[in-house]
Amino acid sequence: MRGGTALAPTEQANDGLLPAWRRSARPYLLVIPAVALTIGILYPFVQGAIYAFQNYKATRPNPEFIGFRNFERILTDDKFWHSVGVTAKFAIGATLVETVLGVAIALLLARSSLVSRTLERFLILPLMVAPIIATIMWRLMMQPSVGILNYVLSPIGLGNQAWTDTPAMAMFSVILIDVWIFTPFVALLVLAGLRSLPRAPFEAAAVEGASFWFTFRNLTLPMLWPYILVAVIFRLMDSLKVFDVIFALTGGGPGNATMALQIQAYQDAIPFSNFSIGQTYMLILWFVVYLATFGLIKVLAKAQARAAGV
Amino acid sequence: MAAIEANPVLAEQEERAATRRWSVGGIALDLLTIVYFIFALFPLVWMLLLSLKTPDQLFTTYFRFTPTLDSYRAVLGLDASGSVPFVRFFINSLIVSFGAVLISLLVGVPAAYAFARYQFKGGESLLFTLLSFRFAPELMVIIPIYVIYQRIGLFDTHLGLIWVYQLITLPLIVWILRSYFQDLTPELEQSALLDGYSRPQAFVKVALPLVKPGMAAAALLAFIFAWNSFIFPFILTGSNAQTVTVGALSFMGGATPRYNLTAAAALIALIPPLLLALSIQRYLVRGLTFGAVKG
Repeated sequence: MRGGTALAPTEQANDGLLPAWRRSARPYLLVIPAVALTIGILYPFVQGAIYAFQNYKATRPNPEFIGFRNFERILTDDKFWHSVGVTAKFAIGATLVETVLGVAIALLLARSSLVSRTLERFLILPLMVAPIIATIMWRLMMQPSVGILNYVLSPIGLGNQAWTDTPAMAMFSVILIDVWIFTPFVALLVLAGLRSLPRAPFEAAAVEGASFWFTFRNLTLPMLWPYILVAVIFRLMDSLKVFDVIFALTGGGPGNATMALQIQAYQDAIPFSNFSIGQTYMLILWFVVYLATFGLIKVLAKAQARAAGV
Repeated sequence: MAAIEANPVLAEQEERAATRRWSVGGIALDLLTIVYFIFALFPLVWMLLLSLKTPDQLFTTYFRFTPTLDSYRAVLGLDASGSVPFVRFFINSLIVSFGAVLISLLVGVPAAYAFARYQFKGGESLLFTLLSFRFAPELMVIIPIYVIYQRIGLFDTHLGLIWVYQLITLPLIVWILRSYFQDLTPELEQSALLDGYSRPQAFVKVALPLVKPGMAAAALLAFIFAWNSFIFPFILTGSNAQTVTVGALSFMGGATPRYNLTAAAALIALIPPLLLALSIQRYLVRGLTFGAVKG
């Protein structure tokens, strides 16, 4: 964290006419509107956290406090652990594929050949499509009668996919759509990283006749690591709370094969109006996201320090 | 992360590319690049084709057909067959996204400046509270808001959506603009003070114009994310304030899903974000990472 300057001498000279309290009040005056708005958003957060310790449903408008009973009930429920498994599989699978593919695309685009320079300007397009719209598009492509995927895949003998009918294929399909949307995010970041790397170490490696892999493993990758980690942090956090893609493609099915945590919480809280149970799910998910972010940010800080030392 | 102006890898690659422009390896890598972009762009092209077909052609042909704009006419309500008020959804999306960004700018710009220029008690916790909104599961705040809105009459209103969209737009604008203000040296404002400007004048006349490109980019990106949001309007609106992201799904439902209309609606819904995105490409990396990476 940098920024925050103490008052500079010139500023003090100019502000000398103002009483000290007005000078120190200045940052607070500037953030008052933001604080007000933040409190307005925090109020429902707190209200929601309270629901998790109550038995609030639409059919029970005057809820009572029941301590940790919601947590006990959820943590001993197979449905919850199933959702944890689904969420973990989706988040790790999607993040992994997006990271590897994104780094590869960034390396390809950094070559700046005629082809890659021409195509680079289209890189962001999938990322700017609303995930829900992207999912609708893919759903149309996967659709057996009007869809095109099976037609395109038939020459290589894969023309008969049931994209969302089996648990394994449904998971594959939602990850595929997520990869389509978010690989450009990783690629953009890593490309920005590649283009800001210092030149000298690469020249030295070239003079020494180092191979591509040697340079990549010992120079490029360590120096890119902070950029890759930022991408991983954002992707992992977002995919842990996945909703749009799964909701619009499978709705959590077939059965509950793609019932990620936020989908399950939605089912409990909105159609079934069991606000307390849904909110307990969300509190647990929030805690997991928080822990994961915190851990990754620590790794990032270390990587940044190491990269700065190179 | 420090951004270094020079572009060494790029320059080096270009030199090498010039010497071995037609190498076998180079062509193979170009082919790989093309394969990825086919994967990335084909769905958009396919959607366009689908939206130009008649209902019969949907099932009988893949690529050869006589294009028609009937689907767009139906979606835009120019004939009665659409039966979904998609134009209204589009206007709703415009109103709530624009309103949300406007409020976030009014509130967020002074705050971002304060965070960049002053160290003050509680400043960091406020900054990180804002960031934590980005990582909180949306439903965590939607469920209580759903209950509250039903009670106070904000359910299915523009104002209700603008309010919750602050979760998306405010952290983005504050964090991005803070990183732009930090890049300005404080000496600029100090020399303005020496010239007799007051502190607020120095902010408005010196600092603000210098971050204008960053501010425009942050605002457009916030607009895009608000526009693309689904779960908030899906749960917090009914028929009145519904947005395009929710409305596009409605052509899919029913006994006979209207695939060509769905495609047309999806395309109409993604025009604004795509156009805006192309205009802020340069600022995108910093925006997408909340200023963590200064691409």
